[in-house]
Amino acid sequence: MSSLQFDIAHLFAGSLVLASFMMLYQDRLYALLNVYALHAGVLALSVAWQAYVQQAPHLYVTALIALVFKAIIIPVALHRIIKRLGIHREIENVIGVGLTMMAGIGLVALSMVVMLRVTPGADALAREDLAFALSVVLLGLLIMVTRRNAVSQVVGFMSLENGLVLAATGAKGMPLVVEISVAFSVLIAFIVIGIFLFRIRERFDSVDVQALDRFRGERR
Amino acid sequence: MNTLRDILSQGAQMSLVLGLAPLLTGFVRKVKARLLRRRGPPLLQPYRDLIRLMRKDVVLADNASWLFRVIPYLMFAGTWVAASLVPTFGNGLLFSWTADLIAIIALLGSARFFQALAGMDVGTAFGGIGSSREVMIASLAEPAMLITVFSVAMIAGSTQLSYVAEFMGSDAVGLRVSLGMAFVALTIVALAENARIPVDNPATHLELTMVHEAMVLEYSGRHLALIDLSSQLKLLLYVSLIACVFLPWGTATADASVARLFSGALLYFGKLTVLGFLLAVFETSIAKMRVFRIPEFLGAALMLALLATLLRFVSGSL
Repeated sequence: MSSLQFDIAHLFAGSLVLASFMMLYQDRLYALLNVYALHAGVLALSVAWQAYVQQAPHLYVTALIALVFKAIIIPVALHRIIKRLGIHREIENVIGVGLTMMAGIGLVALSMVVMLRVTPGADALAREDLAFALSVVLLGLLIMVTRRNAVSQVVGFMSLENGLVLAATGAKGMPLVVEISVAFSVLIAFIVIGIFLFRIRERFDSVDVQALDRFRGERR
Repeated sequence: MNTLRDILSQGAQMSLVLGLAPLLTGFVRKVKARLLRRRGPPLLQPYRDLIRLMRKDVVLADNASWLFRVIPYLMFAGTWVAASLVPTFGNGLLFSWTADLIAIIALLGSARFFQALAGMDVGTAFGGIGSSREVMIASLAEPAMLITVFSVAMIAGSTQLSYVAEFMGSDAVGLRVSLGMAFVALTIVALAENARIPVDNPATHLELTMVHEAMVLEYSGRHLALIDLSSQLKLLLYVSLIACVFLPWGTATADASVARLFSGALLYFGKLTVLGFLLAVFETSIAKMRVFRIPEFLGAALMLALLATLLRFVSGSL
C-alpha cells in the first residue's frame, strides 16, 4: 500500500472526526442537520476510498447506502420533522461550548491511545480507521449527553452509527449482508424514534427531555 | 564569501519587510474601499501618514512615565526582529539559526505585553479597556498559535522556520489533513492578532468596539508612527508566515542563483497580493463579533490546532 493511499484515507477519516466536532459546536437545529449531512457525505467518500484500496466492490454499495440514506433521506426527513414540531428556531445550550470541546478533544486522545495500544499487529490502515471510528463513536455519545433536545439526540445517535460503519469498513472481509442489515436497522430505529418524538411532544408539549426527568420523579 | 552572501540576503530581506509593510496595509485598505464602491486612499497613503507623523511634535500626558516613551521603540524593535526571522523570498536566513518559530511568538508576545503596559500607563479609561481586551484576546490566541506551531513542527521535524519552509516545499510532505487544520487555525489566530475585522476593526474609533486603537489613543507624533509601523510589520509577518509554511512554492533555496532569487521575489509579491486580496474580501464579507463571542472564535482555532496535532500523532505513530 503506497503512502499516498494511506494519506488519502487519513484525510477522509480525519475530516470525519472534524465533522463530528462541527456537530458538537452547532447550537441551531438546521445547521446541525446540515453538518450531519456533510458528516454522512464524508463517510461515503471514506468508504468508497476503502473500497478502491481494498479492491472490494461490495463496499461501494455501502458507500452508496451511506450517501443516499444518511446524507439525503434522513436529513430531509429530520428537516420536515423539525418544521412540523415547530422548533426550527430554537437554540440550545446546555453546558459551555469550550468545556464540551475540551471533553471532545480528551475523548479523541483517549480513543487514539486505546486503539493504538490494543492493535499493534493489524495493518496501518485498519488501525488508523479503528482509532478514528472509536473517536467518532465517543463524540456521538458526547453529542447525545450534552443535548437536551430529543431531535439533536437523534442526530448524535446517527453520527455514532456513522462511526460504526467506518470501523466496519476498515476491517477487511466484513460481509455485505451485515452492513445492509446494520443500515436498515438504523433506518428502522430512526422511524421508531420519529414516532416517539411526536408522542413525547403530544404528552409534554415539548421535546426537551428534561420534561421526562420530571415525569420519572428524578428531579424534585 | 558564504558569510557575506548570508549577511546580504538577511539584510535584503530585513529591509524588504520594512519597506513593504505599509504598502501591504495600503493595498488591503484600497481593495476594501473598492469592494465597498469607494475610491479609497492611494496605495502610498500609509507611507505619507508615517512621514507626516514623524515630522510632528510629540504630545505627552503630564503623568506619563519613562516607560510610556520607551515602549514604541521596544515594540518596533521586537516586531522587526520577529519579521526578519520569517523567510520571504529566500530560505536560509542567517538569523534563523539563532531563533525559531517559538522565539518569534515570544518576541511578538513581549511586544504586546509592553503595548498593554503603555495603554495603562497614563491612566485613562480607554487605555485600560483596550489593554484588558487585548490581553484577553492574546491569552486565547497565543495557546492556539503555539499548538499550531507544534503540529507544523511535528510534520516538518523542526521548529526552525527556514527548515520548515524547505521541507514544505519538498515532496516529502505528502497529503496531510493536519496541515489543512493548522492552516485554518493559523488564519484565525492571524486575524485576531492583527486586530482584523471579526475580532477588532482597524478603522474604528467607536468607544465600545475598539481594542487596538483604544490602547494607542494617547500616542502621537513619532511614537504613533512607530506603533503604526510595527502593527503593519506584524500584518506582513503573519502573511509571509502563512505564505512560507503553506504556500512554499517558488521560494529560493539558500544557495540559489540571482535569477532564482529574483523569481522567488516576484512570486513572493504575487503571494502577498493574493493573500492581501483574500483578507480584504473576507473582511468586507463578515460582520464584527461581539467581544464575548471572541473566545468561541479563538476556541475553534485552539480546537483545530489540537485536533491537527492529534491526527498527526496517529499517522506519525503508524
